[in-house]
Amino acid sequence: MVRAALPGRLSWQAATVSAVREETPSARTLILDIPDWSGHLPGQHLDLRLTAEDGYSAQRSYSIASDWPGDGPVEITIQRLDDGEVSPYLTDVVQAGDQIELRGPIGGWFVWRAAQPVPVLLVAGGSGIVPLMSMIRDRGRRRARQPFRLIYSVRTPQDACYADELRRRVRDDPGLDVHFVYTRKAPDGWPAPPKRIDVATLNSHGWPPDFAPDVFVCGPTAFVETAADILVALGHDPKKVRTERFGGK
Amino acid sequence: MTELDGNSLAGDLAEIFARDMTAARFTCGGCRHTGAVATLRVWTPAPGVVARCPRCGDVLLRLVHTGGSVLLTLGTTRLEVPR
Amino acid sequence: MGIISRGFGGRRRDSAPDLPPGQYLTHDFPVLSAGPTPRVPLDRWKLTVATETGEKHTWDWEQFTALPSEEITRDIHCVTKWSKLGTTWRGVSLDTLFEDVETAADYVMAHSYGGYTTNLPFEDLLDGKAWIAYEFDGEPLHPEHGGPARLLVPHLYFWKSAKWVNGLEMLVEDEPGFWEAAGYHMYGDPWSEQRYQGD
Repeated sequence: MVRAALPGRLSWQAATVSAVREETPSARTLILDIPDWSGHLPGQHLDLRLTAEDGYSAQRSYSIASDWPGDGPVEITIQRLDDGEVSPYLTDVVQAGDQIELRGPIGGWFVWRAAQPVPVLLVAGGSGIVPLMSMIRDRGRRRARQPFRLIYSVRTPQDACYADELRRRVRDDPGLDVHFVYTRKAPDGWPAPPKRIDVATLNSHGWPPDFAPDVFVCGPTAFVETAADILVALGHDPKKVRTERFGGK
Repeated sequence: MTELDGNSLAGDLAEIFARDMTAARFTCGGCRHTGAVATLRVWTPAPGVVARCPRCGDVLLRLVHTGGSVLLTLGTTRLEVPR
Repeated sequence: MGIISRGFGGRRRDSAPDLPPGQYLTHDFPVLSAGPTPRVPLDRWKLTVATETGEKHTWDWEQFTALPSEEITRDIHCVTKWSKLGTTWRGVSLDTLFEDVETAADYVMAHSYGGYTTNLPFEDLLDGKAWIAYEFDGEPLHPEHGGPARLLVPHLYFWKSAKWVNGLEMLVEDEPGFWEAAGYHMYGDPWSEQRYQGD
C-alpha cells in the first residue's frame, strides 16, 4: 500500500527491530529499520506505541542514541525501570525481527545544531546519556571543531552505557573530554569516594561561564534540577542551559 | 505519578500543529514568565497531560486523548482536533 | 493501524464480571496527579461549604474530625480504566456535613488545595452516596492519595473524588471543573462509560 504522508504531519509507522545490543545489565539498545524516516537532529526523540492482543496500548517517548548520517538504522537505548510497564518489555522481551510502531523524529529545543560555534557541556544522569550520546556521535561524524565536555553520573562503573565507545572517542579525539561521577561505587583506584554531582564537579569539569557554552542536562528530575541550579549559580546564562527530565527514578 | 517537562509534549503537539512546538515560547498568564515550551513542568499520568508554568505553577495547557480526537485546552479555550 | 506487539501484556490486569465496561482490575493503588502534591499541615487545614447566597460554613481539622464518621467499603473506578474493588475508608458523610446548610442550589463545585476543581450534581452527594474521607485502610489518608482529606464519590469516575478537598461551593448552574473543562464528561457515570464530553 502506498501511503503518502502529508508534509510535516507526524504519522505512526511500523519499524522493524533489526538487532539488539546489551549496553549494561539493565540497558539495551534497539536498532530499528524505519522505512520512512526523514532524518533526525541529535537530541530528538521518537514515540513508541505498544499494543497488546486485547487492544490495550501504551505509548512512551525515547531519545534517539544514534546520529544520522543520511541513511541507515536508528538506535534507541532503553533503561529498564523495574516497576515500569513498557521498558521491561523493550529490554527483556523484544527480539530482532519484531515490529514496533513509532513516530518521529520529534522535539526541536533539546537539540544540538552543529552550526552553533560555541563549546558544549553535556551533563548526564543515568540514562540521560542517550540524547547526549547522539550529540557526541554527530560531532564525531562531522569532525566538528566545537569542543565537547561530558560529565556523566552513574551509580557504579557497570551502569555506564557506551563506556568502551566513549573511551575510544576520548582517545582519538582531543576535542572530547569525559568525566565520570560515581554515586554508589567507584572503580578501584578512583581518586574520590562515591558522591553526587556537586559544585566542585561542574566547576572543574564544565566550561567557565565566560565561554558561554551550550549546556545540555538530561536525567531524572531531581538530578536535572540539582545540576541546572548549580550551573546557574556558577554564572551560566539560564537560557543557555537546556534541560530534559526523564521519568522514573 | 511522574513529573516531566515540556520536551515530552513534542509528539502530541506535533500531531496537532504539524511542527515542533517545544522551541515555541510561552508567556504565563499568571506571572508573565516566559520560556520555551520545553521548560514547562508536565504531569502525567492523569486523566490527561497537564503542563504548568515552571515559575508559578499555573496551568498553561491540558491535553486529553479521547477515542477519536485530541483535546488541547489553553487557558479556557479548547481545541478539538480529530485524530 | 495498531500492529500487535508480540508478547506485550502491559500492566498486569484482570477482567472481572462485575466491573463497569472498559475497566480492568488493579490490586495496587495507582497515583494520578495533575500537579505537585500539596502538603497541608492539619493546624492550617480548613473545609468550607459556601452556599449560593454567600453564606459560609467552615470546619477546622479538630471540628471536622469530631463529626460523626463512618467506615465505607466501596469499589472505585478510575477513568484511566483501572478499578479497585472493596476499598475501605473512614470519613464524614456529606449528609452530616450539610445538616445545617440551607441551599436551593442543584450543583456543587468541589475545590482543592493546589487549585483542582470538579463539578457534581448536589443530589449525587446526598443520601449516603458521598463522604469526605480521611482514612484509607485504617491509616490516615496519605498525601499522594489526597490526604489530609478527599472527597469520596465512589459511584462516579474517581476524578470526581477530589483529592485535598478544601471547599464545596453551591452552584445554581452547572459549571465545568478542571478535567471537565478539558473535555471530560460533566457527570462521569462509569456504568454508562461517560468518560468524555459527548459520551
